Amino acid sequence: MCTNIATRTAVNGSATTGAGWSPVSEATIGFDHATHLWREHAVRLDFVNASGGRVALELDLASGRALLDRLREVIAEAERSGVDA
Amino acid sequence: MTLWNSFDTGAADGMTATVTKIKGANGDEVHAYVARPEGASRRGGVVLIHHMPGWDEIYREFTRRFAQHGYDAICPDLYCRAGHGKPDEVTAKVRADGGIPDQQVAEDLAAAMSWLKALPTSNGKVGLIGTCSGGRHAVMTASKTKGWAAVVDLWGGGVVMQPADLTPKRPVAPIDMTTDLSAPLLGLFGNDDKSPTPEQVDQHEAELKKNGKTYEFHRYDGAGHGFFYYDRPAYRAEQAVDGWAKVFTFFAKNLA
Repeated sequence: MCTNIATRTAVNGSATTGAGWSPVSEATIGFDHATHLWREHAVRLDFVNASGGRVALELDLASGRALLDRLREVIAEAERSGVDA
Repeated sequence: MTLWNSFDTGAADGMTATVTKIKGANGDEVHAYVARPEGASRRGGVVLIHHMPGWDEIYREFTRRFAQHGYDAICPDLYCRAGHGKPDEVTAKVRADGGIPDQQVAEDLAAAMSWLKALPTSNGKVGLIGTCSGGRHAVMTASKTKGWAAVVDLWGGGVVMQPADLTPKRPVAPIDMTTDLSAPLLGLFGNDDKSPTPEQVDQHEAELKKNGKTYEFHRYDGAGHGFFYYDRPAYRAEQAVDGWAKVFTFFAKNLA
């Protein structure tokens, strides 16, 4: 099924591909048909920059949950450390 | 009708396939993949509606398959306005933008129908077929525009929509356009599909019946969504072979 589940946010970051590092300015987060992952649907993370460069990830739902949990933990720890506001 | 190997080995069986440009909605230039049998015989036409994953390789194959079976076939790039690149890159832009508007889709597809009807080989009959989001687009377009001789919805999710699903780009559920459906409809569905669910297919069927529309629905056990896609895990060979035969039988009946 086409879920049409997608949202996007501005980001300030960098991503690396075979061509090296480049800035990324926007992320689309969705859950819809997988392109490459051998599942019908995937959590889709697309990072793009203004010049059209793109880094994409497809994860199954369990991996998406695990990533989210670890990301929350890391961010909470980072905030507690007070190293970077 | 037998799908595979139904040609005569002595027949002239060539085709041409290319990318052309048509004038779509708002007069926009839209790329379209076209496949046509060789020869000057009069024949039906088929407009193919690519699925949500984009104007991709499998749709080029599908387009050529209709030419192989004697139809002039065209598949417009509904994502053309998002630019060009590898299909999944273009689709990523369309997803980020929340999809494409129904009205634009209907006008692009009607333009493709007119393009086919203007061919010297046209017999004046054109069918419409789509899978996935394209199945929904087929039902929607055959309700919003006229001139189609047959329409095929392959597991189109979102024909039945809840009020919360409606958006400015998809403002009306296709099921609510049923009174305007302008052509006989063939629907193929997998009973394990989550969208459309068997209950939603029932609901659509009840609406077609209520409005006296000509339709045939076939539902497959052991199949879910996208069971024609041999490059994806949902592929079900037995159901797909039967489904393709039903599609060609339906077009043979309505586009001759």
